[in-house]
Amino acid sequence: MSYSDKIKNLYQNQLAEIRNAGIFKEERFIHSSQAADIEVEFPSGASIKNVINMCSNNYLGLSSHPDVLKAAHEGLEKRGYGMSSVRFICGTQDIHRELENRVTEFLGTEDTILFPSCMDANAGVFEALLTSEDIMISDRLVHASIIDGMRLCSAQHDTFKHSNMEHLEEKLQLHADKRIKLVITDGVFSMDGDLAKLDEMVRLCEKYDAMILVDDSHSSGFLGRTGRGTHEHFNVIGKIDIITTTFGKALGGASGGCVSGRKEIVQICRQKARPYLFSNTISPVIISGVLKVFDILSSSTERRDKLERNANWWRKGLTEAGFILKEGDSPIVPVMLFNAKLSQDFSKDLYNEGIYAIGFFFPVVPNGQARIRTQISAGHEIHHLEKALSAFIKVGKKYEILGLTKEKIIEKYGL
Amino acid sequence: MEDIKDLILNYVINEYLDDDDEKITYDTPLISSGYVDSFSMVSLLVFLENKFKIKIPPSKATPEAFDTVNNIVALVNQYINK
Repeated sequence: MSYSDKIKNLYQNQLAEIRNAGIFKEERFIHSSQAADIEVEFPSGASIKNVINMCSNNYLGLSSHPDVLKAAHEGLEKRGYGMSSVRFICGTQDIHRELENRVTEFLGTEDTILFPSCMDANAGVFEALLTSEDIMISDRLVHASIIDGMRLCSAQHDTFKHSNMEHLEEKLQLHADKRIKLVITDGVFSMDGDLAKLDEMVRLCEKYDAMILVDDSHSSGFLGRTGRGTHEHFNVIGKIDIITTTFGKALGGASGGCVSGRKEIVQICRQKARPYLFSNTISPVIISGVLKVFDILSSSTERRDKLERNANWWRKGLTEAGFILKEGDSPIVPVMLFNAKLSQDFSKDLYNEGIYAIGFFFPVVPNGQARIRTQISAGHEIHHLEKALSAFIKVGKKYEILGLTKEKIIEKYGL
Repeated sequence: MEDIKDLILNYVINEYLDDDDEKITYDTPLISSGYVDSFSMVSLLVFLENKFKIKIPPSKATPEAFDTVNNIVALVNQYINK
């Protein structure tokens, strides 16, 4: 026992600092399955409230789909609960490889390797592929898991301004002498909902002999005409060297991720990627559910079409009501409030109106860019969106921000 | 002296700030306030070494040494004057 008072005080002080800064995170307990309508206990101990969920990554509404549940049940019965082994000892079932092949086919790549999560995929892929002779050039707004993965890698790293292609080109010229140049981006950026300019990035990578990695976690399953992802949207299927993505969002929403791309790259990951080598992979029950998700997506584009219609309806409604949105083509629709406290107050008032949507502020988003991030789902019906829009308008009127410019909102509430 | 300061300040503004960012000064914390992340320091290091024909050892290229334009100027001066 060496948990001394000194250490205890150290942690207590850290927690107090987080609380004082107003960024202490608290979980809200959901008493139902994930869906458009959920039952929430918040704060802890409060009575349960029925609210409309406007902040989940359940883009296709498949998290609680009856066919997915049935397939998961069957998988549990036929293949058991766990593997009690990493993949290369005795932790690989036929269905693991089957899912890898399905993902490869769906994304239009050469091969795929599963990881326990996309966080793990991103943690392992860079270190497996690159050495100190190489350079990673990443967009400045890439996801935290990519940043952590790059930290674990001995390759050099540099960044380019968010979606700024001139700046990326400068960096490709600056690092022309490196053995491997790997350009790294999210497909859809989770906080802003905007898309990476993959067509231009592919052109630059071809011009400067660089590879490209795209984390498509916020687009796999619904972006592009048949939902393959950002690369389908920009018509560059087959030209992305490495795609990392998750099964924890649109593709069933449970957990698990993968690296998909060039055959040799996937083979190297299977030999060297540490989260693959030293952790159990996705459990058979989840694999069975995700396989069903791909059956559903392959049989029809109905769900991604509905998602697109819903997202368009929602953007139009908010814009006409006088809110300022971040521009984008994705179901992530950030409502800009700029002031951190306003974003928290606004979120609380929405909750009182039966709408669950979270306010984000610095350091999660840049200072002075606080917002409510809304995320649309194919699980939403128009009556959900109508109710949510009425609540947004009611709260917007309360704070007198409807129709105001960014400057006027900042003038009223400060940064 | 002012020339070096302004040269570095202008580089930082062009390289790291977006159009709608607030103005920064010689004393604005760059890394600790989030304008520059530690990955992006590479560009700054390459810029300083090329511009002033100096070599800054990795052990000296710390986030603290790069946190304000004034700190960067002090660091550069140590090597220019050698």
